[in-house]
Amino acid sequence: MIYLKSDEEIDLIKASAQVLGKAHGEVAKWIKPGVSTAQLDKIAESFIRDHGGIPSFKGFGGSGRIPAFPGSLCISVNEVVVHGIPGNYILREGDIISIDCGVLLNGFHSDSAYTYPVGEVKPEVMDLLVATKKSLYLGIEKAREGFRTGDIGHTIQSYVERLGYSVVRELVGHGVGRNLHEGPEVPNYGSKGKGVALRSGMVIAIEPMINLGRRSIVQEADGWTIRTADRKASAHFEHTVAVRKNHAEILTTFEYIEAVTANSSLMVNA
Amino acid sequence: MAKQASIEQDGIIVEALSNAMFRVQLENKHEVIAHISGKMRMHYIKILPGDRVKLEMSPYDLTKARIVYRYK
Repeated sequence: MIYLKSDEEIDLIKASAQVLGKAHGEVAKWIKPGVSTAQLDKIAESFIRDHGGIPSFKGFGGSGRIPAFPGSLCISVNEVVVHGIPGNYILREGDIISIDCGVLLNGFHSDSAYTYPVGEVKPEVMDLLVATKKSLYLGIEKAREGFRTGDIGHTIQSYVERLGYSVVRELVGHGVGRNLHEGPEVPNYGSKGKGVALRSGMVIAIEPMINLGRRSIVQEADGWTIRTADRKASAHFEHTVAVRKNHAEILTTFEYIEAVTANSSLMVNA
Repeated sequence: MAKQASIEQDGIIVEALSNAMFRVQLENKHEVIAHISGKMRMHYIKILPGDRVKLEMSPYDLTKARIVYRYK
């Protein structure tokens, strides 16, 4: 379902996004070789709860044989695209780590993600991160009334494919609101002029998932973790954006992340 | 958290059930219960057993589908 949000409701999402942004900033301080992904998850969860929010991902989904998601963060390292479960993996120099988080505050969700380089990474991998981040902002420019979801997807797809990367097809962005996932679906590929028409009041999460190698992905036996079939790196950045008449309003923020990474090698300059 | 995109597939109507629900056989021989989409209802498009149709399925529940298009 696509729900249109009033200005007051968008303000509530913005408040949720502020807590989310700060939680990201808090986690960013700890990203270095030697840290385990479970520790990062704990840091995020306590930060979110201390600020009156609830982690959106914990307990999400799951049916039949597949358990509900056990963490507050999706931590996806290297060839893991998304939905990595926090565990005993210890970060190493040269890894890339993608942190995806969501916060439920005052009945509204917000959702954002950032991929960090851990220490020194290979230049081709760093280029992937920069390109994915840039594709997110290019896609956001199209998130205004008069455009369609296909325009956002087309923008992201043509930008990254021109650089030789591939776009994951099976996973898409989505509407955000009282539910973590709402309509419309916002694929990261598409054709201009196709898809759902964007109207003022829609709140969508745009989340390009871009692979260094080929676009095929494989789901792991745990029912959640998704990795690239060729085991090459994959990057993921996400913002929650409100569609307005003449512009897109980015509700989530990376400012707290970039305050931490500005003076270190973690900076991803888009 | 990323959402899994809905899957588009083709199928053939096997049987008409009540309430505009149909049993549809997919190309991989699986059978699903599908309902007619609102847009098709709005335009009074009739579906009979034997028609080839396009379905939209959720990756989260593969037993249910929505009929979105009837091929000629």
